[in-house]
Amino acid sequence: MPTIVVHVMPKPEILDPQGKAVGNALPRLGFEGFASVRQGKRFELTVDGDVTEEILDKAREAAETMLSNPVIEDVVAVEVVDS
Amino acid sequence: MTRIGVVTFPGTLDDRDAARAVRVAGAESVNLFHTDHSLQDVDAVVLPGGFSYGDYLRAGAISRFSPIMEQVVDAANGGMPVLGICNGFQVLTEVHLLPGSMIKNNHLHFLCRDQVLRVENNDTAWTNAYDLGEEITIPLKNQDGQYVADEHTLDALEAEGRVAFRYVGGNPNGSRRDIAGVTNERGNVVGLMPHPEHAVEPGFGPDSREGGRSGTDGIGFFASAINALLTPA
Repeated sequence: MPTIVVHVMPKPEILDPQGKAVGNALPRLGFEGFASVRQGKRFELTVDGDVTEEILDKAREAAETMLSNPVIEDVVAVEVVDS
Repeated sequence: MTRIGVVTFPGTLDDRDAARAVRVAGAESVNLFHTDHSLQDVDAVVLPGGFSYGDYLRAGAISRFSPIMEQVVDAANGGMPVLGICNGFQVLTEVHLLPGSMIKNNHLHFLCRDQVLRVENNDTAWTNAYDLGEEITIPLKNQDGQYVADEHTLDALEAEGRVAFRYVGGNPNGSRRDIAGVTNERGNVVGLMPHPEHAVEPGFGPDSREGGRSGTDGIGFFASAINALLTPA
């Protein structure tokens, strides 16, 4: 079934406490070489039938109004993937 | 008698304490449910703390779409006193009645302690019983308590006197400019992370100079709303 994937990330100017904690843990576990980590969210919206422009618009609207909070987050991508 | 509604969402924890605080202050408490389409003629509304919808998506993000919130937003825009405590504050920011948002505490831990706050604005429906600059102690308990907003919004809040409370004695969660609570322009909608409803009865509140658990500094929130309703601006 076709799936619309929405990626949401904390805004660059917002300190991301979870990403920072993960970033601090990486070298402790031997994963060296990463300057920083930011943690975001991925939503998979499965569609019954074809992904029309209309349903894609709805997904974009949901991404901006519900799946993300524009005060602290950016919607970085809304894309269609077949699975 | 003044009627103050207390809203219960799925996952709300502090509705009973909030309702009791309303009664201790001398008003009638009215239980409101998230699926209700009516505010039952209440004079004011409290959105209590907890973990509505398990904080899924973002704290308060799903509750804000519940039927009762349409009524709360209309009433707030009409001037009704609305108080959001902790998760209730998060709901008020998600529904855009108050600016900013809360993210995870900067130290990532759930924090529960008695917290000193300074009253920065005593000209709101929920703070008029306090003196300007008064320091009060009420419990703080949350994981997503770090208040954030962009610099422009923070400057505007400061300039307009809309910072209602600031943390004193150390910032517990990384909140911008030590902000613990804010008000809307009109002063009828107030939100804060700490819990006034847990500091209204001797024996159950924070420690104070009078003795262990004797602190009742939170009662002023509810007394303020009753004042505001009895003497409309």
